[in-house]
Amino acid sequence: MTGIEAQVQQPYKYGFVTDIESDVVPPGLSEDVVRLISAKKGEPAWMVDWRLKAYRNWLKMEEPHWPNVTYGPIDYQAISYYAAPKKLPKLDSLDQVDPKLVATFEKLGIPIEEQKRLTGVAVDAVFDSVSVATTFQAELAKYGVIFCPISEAIRKHPELVQKYLGTVVPHNDNFFAALNTAVFTDGSFVYVPKGVRCPMELSTYFRINASSTGQFERTLIIADEGSYVSYLEGCSAPMRDENQLHAAVVELVALDNATIKYSTIQNWYPGDEEGKGGIYNFVTKRGKCAGKNSKVSWTQVETGSAITWKYPGCILQGDNSIGEFYSVAVTSRKQQADTGTKMIHLGKNTRSTIVSKGISAGRGQNTYRGLVKIMKGAEGARNYSQCDSMLIGDQCGAHTFPYIDVRNNSAIMEHEASTSKIGEDQIFYLRQRGLSAEDAVSMIVNGFCKEVFKELPMEFAVEATRLLGISLEGSVG
Amino acid sequence: MLEVRGLHVAVNGTEILRGVDLAVRAGEVHAIMGPNGSGKSTLTQVLAGHPAYTVTAGTATYEGKDLLALKPEERAREGLFLAFQYPVEIRGITNSYFLRSAVNAVRKHRGQEQLDPLDFLAVLEEKLKAIGWDDTLMNRPVNEGFSGGEKKRNEILQLAVLEPRLALLDETDSGLDIDALKTVANAVNKLRAPDRSFVIVTHYQRLLNFIKPDVVHVLADGKIVKSGGPELAHELEAKGYDWLRAGAMVS
Repeated sequence: MTGIEAQVQQPYKYGFVTDIESDVVPPGLSEDVVRLISAKKGEPAWMVDWRLKAYRNWLKMEEPHWPNVTYGPIDYQAISYYAAPKKLPKLDSLDQVDPKLVATFEKLGIPIEEQKRLTGVAVDAVFDSVSVATTFQAELAKYGVIFCPISEAIRKHPELVQKYLGTVVPHNDNFFAALNTAVFTDGSFVYVPKGVRCPMELSTYFRINASSTGQFERTLIIADEGSYVSYLEGCSAPMRDENQLHAAVVELVALDNATIKYSTIQNWYPGDEEGKGGIYNFVTKRGKCAGKNSKVSWTQVETGSAITWKYPGCILQGDNSIGEFYSVAVTSRKQQADTGTKMIHLGKNTRSTIVSKGISAGRGQNTYRGLVKIMKGAEGARNYSQCDSMLIGDQCGAHTFPYIDVRNNSAIMEHEASTSKIGEDQIFYLRQRGLSAEDAVSMIVNGFCKEVFKELPMEFAVEATRLLGISLEGSVG
Repeated sequence: MLEVRGLHVAVNGTEILRGVDLAVRAGEVHAIMGPNGSGKSTLTQVLAGHPAYTVTAGTATYEGKDLLALKPEERAREGLFLAFQYPVEIRGITNSYFLRSAVNAVRKHRGQEQLDPLDFLAVLEEKLKAIGWDDTLMNRPVNEGFSGGEKKRNEILQLAVLEPRLALLDETDSGLDIDALKTVANAVNKLRAPDRSFVIVTHYQRLLNFIKPDVVHVLADGKIVKSGGPELAHELEAKGYDWLRAGAMVS
């Protein structure tokens, strides 16, 4: 935690821009643009048809305004829906990645060069609209694990993609999911075959670089019977005065006895002190526990973005399946977050656990919104929810909207909630023991988040702890 | 070690200390007694640098440095320790992690190497042994779910590990039963050293049966109205504070 003081001078250290020649489609959205994106990706006819179906649906949909956030109107015709570096490597040959891209990811702490790779972690690096490198593909193939950009999966594994894409988040699920379906450009695809325990952590790092563009990534993870996979995503973007839209869709499918652990460390540019600029992070993430005894576990650490709107949920279809949601959401400066989860219990003896930690500082507004739904056939379902809010200073806000819908009398539901404030006395106590004010806040906040951090893979828990310190920098006097 | 002169302190515009003079030499134990609301706790809080208190006049010199110019953490790193009357709870952080962070903050200030968890464990064991305590509190979250006695014991444990040169004890005896009081007092006695001074704030004489002070002061209405040897504490126990208070008003 001692590194926090050193960060004072550079509150958002990922705010740089890579000077690289890009192929950018002019702003605007139309059927032609949807077709153009599909053509650039070399997609089959079924894909372009699906995209167009989503686009036509989207035209009839309205942007949702029920979240507890405020922002000006988004001009969807002012956004460019495709940006890609011009010099792209040929498939399967990482050596040909543009050195500028290698340097960019290096600077972000994501080494993609062969000799410097993170041990035990395979990385798919996505830059604006395209995946630029995926490490350890050959190694993973030995186990039958497919880990590649989704655009590559559409070409190479159409049977898998066609079978599962859109089965968890349909093309018309919501406004932003429909938009994503129409224009998504890249993202990761994972397939873990029957009985295989994926031998390493899989991760995707998303980087927005070009200005006036949106990033629309799509991730699909399938864990076949009895398999296990742990996946992590990270993200960052340059500091800009404009707001940029990031509307992603993530679908997870866990078959019988399979487990998917999905962790997010979200560090998009949050905007400046006055709320100028920053990413609009409007994301739909959902996992389906399709098989019996399957498990989907979401862990998220949300520190960035001007606005966060996401509810990673679980559809607990298989009997005895388990859904988990562990979340830390931090809003400082003028950030707004409306985040939580949806647990839909369909199968018998399904269980879900929700642990949400909201931290508000500065003029940040933090909302937890969660839905637990126990359907008629979900005999013996159980849910445990815990929502804790922490306030730092007196200009921020914390809000909690838990929705509970129970249609089977055998359900057992528990809900706990707390709100606390970091007080002057708490900080003084730690300072009296020799800790700086920053370290004191960091320690209190990290203790508050402990139940969530312990769910993260080890190397990322350290990163999360550090990020939390940086995003709360200067929030106490 | 510590020299306080004409200290005036206000909280939210209300004056609480009205010209306190206090001189503590190395190795001495001073007791500050006085009725409720006389400003005893305020004196310890302001010496430790609590931001809610405003010094309106006077000086405080600690080992030749202007104490009041230092931030609370700088005072701590320079060897000033306050055992709190009401220690705060810190959820999710173990006592041992917290203490190691504190020790390392002090070590960093002194230009010493940081202790890793194993090094720290060795240091901790040695300190615990010195005061005859076990490590049952170490793996629990800081003060969370601690009994009143455990919280006070934890303060003294921190004192033992951080090895301050000036220790301020703010009503460490309050809320302790007689056995716990003896345990705490014994530990404090073991920590007395020629280069370590104590200022012990207490409401009752009871604690001073176990920790022999060199000097006893009576603080009333924001001023030290009487100072004397250990016998003064007994006199106060017998007579109460009113006779001094009346005297303070006259003078």
